[in-house]
Amino acid sequence: MKQLMLGNAAVARGLYEAGCRFISSYPGTPSTEITEEAVKFDEIYCEWAPNEKVAVEAAFGASLGGVRSACAMKHVGLNVAADPVFTISYIGVKAGMVICVADDPGMHSSQNEQDSRHYARASKIPMLEPADSAECLAFAKLAFEISETFHTPVFLKLCTRVAHSQSAVETAPRVERETVPYVKDTHNVMTPANAIARHPVVEERTEKLVRYGCTAPVNRVEMASGETGVITASTSYQYVKEVFGDTVSVLKLGLTWPLPDGLILDFASKVKKLYVVEELDPFIEEHCKSLGLSVTGKELLPICGEFSQGLLREKFGLPGKPARAFPEPVPPRPPVLCSGCPHRGIFYVLQKLGVTVIGDIGCYTLGSAAPLSAMDINICMGASVSAEHGFNAALGKKSQNRTVSVIGDSTFVHSGMTSLADIAYNQSASTVLILDNSITGMTGHQQNPTTGLNIKGDPAGRIDLTALCRAMGIRRVTVVDPYDLAQCERVLQAELAADEPSVIIVRRPCVLLKQVKTAPPLTVDREKCVGCKACMKLGCPSISIKDGKAHVDATLCTGCGVCKALCRMDAFTGETMA
Amino acid sequence: METKNIMIVGVGGQGTLLASKMLGRLLLSEGYDVKVSEVHGMSQRGGSVVTYVRYGDKVYSPLIDKGEADFILSFEQLEAARWLPYLKPDGQIILNDQQIDPMPVITGAMAYPEAVVDKIREAGAKADAVPALRLAEAAGSAKAVNIVLMGRLSRYFPEIPEEKWQAALTATVPEKFRVMNEKAFALGRGYEG
Repeated sequence: MKQLMLGNAAVARGLYEAGCRFISSYPGTPSTEITEEAVKFDEIYCEWAPNEKVAVEAAFGASLGGVRSACAMKHVGLNVAADPVFTISYIGVKAGMVICVADDPGMHSSQNEQDSRHYARASKIPMLEPADSAECLAFAKLAFEISETFHTPVFLKLCTRVAHSQSAVETAPRVERETVPYVKDTHNVMTPANAIARHPVVEERTEKLVRYGCTAPVNRVEMASGETGVITASTSYQYVKEVFGDTVSVLKLGLTWPLPDGLILDFASKVKKLYVVEELDPFIEEHCKSLGLSVTGKELLPICGEFSQGLLREKFGLPGKPARAFPEPVPPRPPVLCSGCPHRGIFYVLQKLGVTVIGDIGCYTLGSAAPLSAMDINICMGASVSAEHGFNAALGKKSQNRTVSVIGDSTFVHSGMTSLADIAYNQSASTVLILDNSITGMTGHQQNPTTGLNIKGDPAGRIDLTALCRAMGIRRVTVVDPYDLAQCERVLQAELAADEPSVIIVRRPCVLLKQVKTAPPLTVDREKCVGCKACMKLGCPSISIKDGKAHVDATLCTGCGVCKALCRMDAFTGETMA
Repeated sequence: METKNIMIVGVGGQGTLLASKMLGRLLLSEGYDVKVSEVHGMSQRGGSVVTYVRYGDKVYSPLIDKGEADFILSFEQLEAARWLPYLKPDGQIILNDQQIDPMPVITGAMAYPEAVVDKIREAGAKADAVPALRLAEAAGSAKAVNIVLMGRLSRYFPEIPEEKWQAALTATVPEKFRVMNEKAFALGRGYEG
């Protein structure tokens, strides 16, 4: 029976049906639901790893142990995982291993728009790219077959529109697989001598996969006109079919690395004009050109941003659809820190003190938006702490008494710990704020090594952040409550002034967590409110100005009390959470 | 059959995803090919959200582009204005008449447009404005705005019997909220404004 399934859920289903028994992942939009769906199958051991590198290494360990394994990450997570990826390509697998990676063209929820296909070529690992949920399911299973047939890990690459679209799938029963017995083998020991022996094997493997791709059904020719041919893959295939239907011939690639030279050359010989339609970089296009083919790709279509049927119509000179516009400017609606968000209080104090804030990846990145505007630099996971160290080490006293880094609990464990080791070891007088909201927030509430719960919500090991920082050699470690603005300000000033490394753990659980008890909405005493708008600096979605005075939206307010704490007129009334 | 397009737009946290899930399930059970496309993550935090629901004999693209939507189901007035360019010339807007101020309006940097529904109609679009928040509260929960609007949308599909909508509703919402949601659906469907 057909059912609608999210692309990510279909990947999880495919992994399940293929007999996968081990999945280790780090959450990251748009890949997170692969692991969240897989954990619903009791037959698969699933875990959140501290970061993507650990996840790949754990999954590879499981493969060497003889069970089919997988891991999932977003595109930038693959950067973190790249080190083991390049070497496990040489070692090969025992039981099949699939590395799921989800790109984010258009950057709906990402800090860059990198094209993960380059990793497949660079690490010499084959890459499958499904174009809808049915292919997500089928390709997840095929990935294991290719993995075991060719003794290689396999990338399963998604993009936002495949990962986060639902389309029809048909499911099949799971096939259990025997554990492949472990045998000691020098192939598994990547010393130079052994790696030198493996590299030619990897090159031969790629040649075999090129030949496989020329005849395997994963790459498909849909022959129509001899006039125009289009080579495409992933969601771009859907836009091509939407716009051109059966009026053009299509070579639809499911295996996008290595590329099937023979099949491409054969297809090209049957059409007069050849196009490549692919999002992001000219990956297929440049390969076609290396084969001596004359193709049109990025001279017509953009490298930046997502495609759509409308974009293809425009670029191919086809008539657009008539559209009407609203007659005046529509205010944008950017995402904001939620009402009651524990990050708001600390960002308010940081902005008030006028310090330079080096931020990191998580909900708290929203502290960069107006009116808080309390973030100066933001790069990638963990970079806040290391960049602060470099900033302070370079500028000395000019910077270290007025600069902080802010990093979430999950992000700190992901890659902030090693950065803090740099500060502790090389002793810059840096002040690091760990914003501990007891959850991985932005990706939708995943547990992490500091929460004491595992992916299923069952009790698990728990890293004590205070003890960890002390063990690293940080003598000044303080815990503050971000709802207590006075305490935050006092401690911040003391730690900024200190001439040695310090960590402030800003601790308060995410207000959206079920166990958090909110307070009734506050009200404004209109007699006391003088309309000074000091509370508007919080950027709280619950507070607005109505008829010159502050107004609290009773449907949104959680009673966190941060507005009450800063109001000099004592105009906010009611019991608060703090 | 040519592919039909329904956009569900609103503010992160309003329950647009559940509505699209219910609609996708219903249309699949009617024998159509269906695609539902959504964006998770960052935009959940009070930002503008959009979900595309497409159905027909064979659906390729998961997206709906400008000038292609047969229906725009908007959970908030300003969002209907924002996505208006996506409506087909003869398309229908169904909107919750609620206003939720975005941050640029809260901070006073921009003004919330006045008489949004009138201006949408003046632009030549058909707009069916429903007090979905009030109806949801009458059904028992402000969170049932999504189901009120599903009920409203069902009026535009005379070819799909009400029982089918009810079945999709039952399959989508938790059992303990079923009765409340059925009431919300009925209030949306039956509202005469």
